[in-house]
Amino acid sequence: MTPIVSVKDVQKTYDGGFEALKGVSLDIRDGEVLALLGPNGAGKTTLISIICGIATATSGQVKVGGHDTVDDYRAARSLIGLVPQEINLEPFETVMNTVTFSRGLFGKPRDDAHMERILRQLSLWDKKDAQTKELSGGMKRRVLIAKALAHEPKVLFLDEPTAGVDVELRRDMWETMKDLKSHGVTIILTTHYIEEAELMADRIGIIAKGEIKLVREKEALMAELGKKQLVVELSERANGIPESLGKYDLTLSDGGSEIVYHYDSRKDRTGITRLLNDLQAAGLQMSDVRTEQSSLEDIFVDLTKGDAR
Amino acid sequence: MNLIAIKAIYIFEMKRTFRTLLQSVVAPVMSTSLYFVVFGAAIGSRIDQVEGVSYGAFIVPGLIMLTVLTQSVTNAAFGIYFPKFIGTIYELLSAPASFLEITAGYVLAAATKSLAIGLIILATAFFFVDLQIQHPVWMLAFLLLTCLSFSLLGFIIGIWAGNFEQLQLVPLLVLQPLIFLGGAFYSVSMLPELWQTVTYFNPVVYLVSGFRWSFYGLADVPIGWSLLAILGFTAACIFIIGLIFRTGWRLRD
Ligand SMILES: Nc1ncnc2c1ncn2[C@@H]1O[C@H](COP(=O)(O)OP(=O)(O)OP(=O)(O)O)[C@@H](O)[C@H]1O
Ligand SMILES: [Mg+2]
Repeated sequence: MTPIVSVKDVQKTYDGGFEALKGVSLDIRDGEVLALLGPNGAGKTTLISIICGIATATSGQVKVGGHDTVDDYRAARSLIGLVPQEINLEPFETVMNTVTFSRGLFGKPRDDAHMERILRQLSLWDKKDAQTKELSGGMKRRVLIAKALAHEPKVLFLDEPTAGVDVELRRDMWETMKDLKSHGVTIILTTHYIEEAELMADRIGIIAKGEIKLVREKEALMAELGKKQLVVELSERANGIPESLGKYDLTLSDGGSEIVYHYDSRKDRTGITRLLNDLQAAGLQMSDVRTEQSSLEDIFVDLTKGDAR
Repeated sequence: MNLIAIKAIYIFEMKRTFRTLLQSVVAPVMSTSLYFVVFGAAIGSRIDQVEGVSYGAFIVPGLIMLTVLTQSVTNAAFGIYFPKFIGTIYELLSAPASFLEITAGYVLAAATKSLAIGLIILATAFFFVDLQIQHPVWMLAFLLLTCLSFSLLGFIIGIWAGNFEQLQLVPLLVLQPLIFLGGAFYSVSMLPELWQTVTYFNPVVYLVSGFRWSFYGLADVPIGWSLLAILGFTAACIFIIGLIFRTGWRLRD
């Protein structure tokens, strides 16, 4: 399947000479939800801005729906909806006017039913005649989403849509995203919330210091994360693993005072009960037991270590 | 051609104009009326006729031009500067619309507003002075072309402006002298020869002259020159805007 968005060797140096993207390549699949994680200043917004036509790449190529975003910008851009990170709205304009404007700007004829559907879905229908300056921050963010959805995009970029949004509203937004996904919309989401990525994404990309460090199926990533360790602290140091425990994947650590057992927490049978019985049978005195698990956060921190600015 | 986009921008901008209708129209109409009273009635009665036209009537075309030029530039400049300032420009830049379409939307809206103000002032002028319009079609054509071309200039200034001071200062610093030295209040032939020559480098002279000709058949420069000057100016502005959008100057990072 050809990717709906294809980013090839995109490099971006800002006027001040700062290199925000160091040759990024990324293929986004039609219909997927891709979460882009990365610390502040990693280049997420820069990448999105280049794809959407707000910034120009210093070099490299971007295609959306097979159309080059520079040479064939009309075809490329009409597929894209963008919810920017910053809340930018005309303060004196009504909600309805700004959203209608967005649809027109993208060349779509007026469609009142569609407007109503979007505004209702985002719980903005009551506010349709309110000036945007009269709205709360969370409502403003929803207006931005409504604007992006006004022209029925195939690809939706959400640049930190849930930043500064309360729990309930965040759930609503997740519902909206799921609904869009079920209608075949491709979603690219940047976020600082790892749970959000876990919950929403099909694939997770990690970007740091202007480079994509990893793009992986969420399932694969989670499988890796599913690996757990059971650490058994012994009252007395053991010199080696007793013969009788040879069938387990065990290692001795901390100079023999701890036995570490690796297992997959998502399996029905983790083997923990049998192991503990066998340990006792082998005459080992246990003083404490604990489990350890690497989280997405650990992977994230590992990959982006020292990159935070 | 994304005609719907042009229409969307135009309507959006016109709604903004109507929201502030009173202040947008009242101020220019009032200040021009004051000019009519002071220059037309008070001072004008002591000045001889200019080439057979009473001074009060003679200055009407120039005064309309003065207002229309300033209005066109400031309206269009503000129209595009505001989205830049508050950040909504992201939407224009990411829209499937060409520079011509975006420019057309903003410039047509600004030009409509200044054309309306120009016509209101013209109507007001009838209250103060005896007016005749010999070539009404040409009069409208000149007015329209002026509104369009100077809205284009304003659009460029709006893109260029980095802050509100620049946005306000440039129309003031550049336009006022051009207009006052552009023959709005006198016939160029009244000036010493050296200044007459200098005057011909001022584009506004051609506008005022052409516009006044459509009223009284009096012109400082041949009417064809006036038309050429204004068309050339329009083309130059469009060319510059095209360049700006292609390079992304002051628009795209
Ligand atoms: N207009 C600009 N001019 C110069 N440098 C810029 C500009 N915009 C961004 N940068 C720099 O480029 C880098 C990447 O910025 P970007 O906004 O893409 O980061 P981000 O990943 O979106 O961060 P955040 O999570 O904080 O939103 C940063 O170091 C930033 O300072
Ligand atoms: Mg960002």
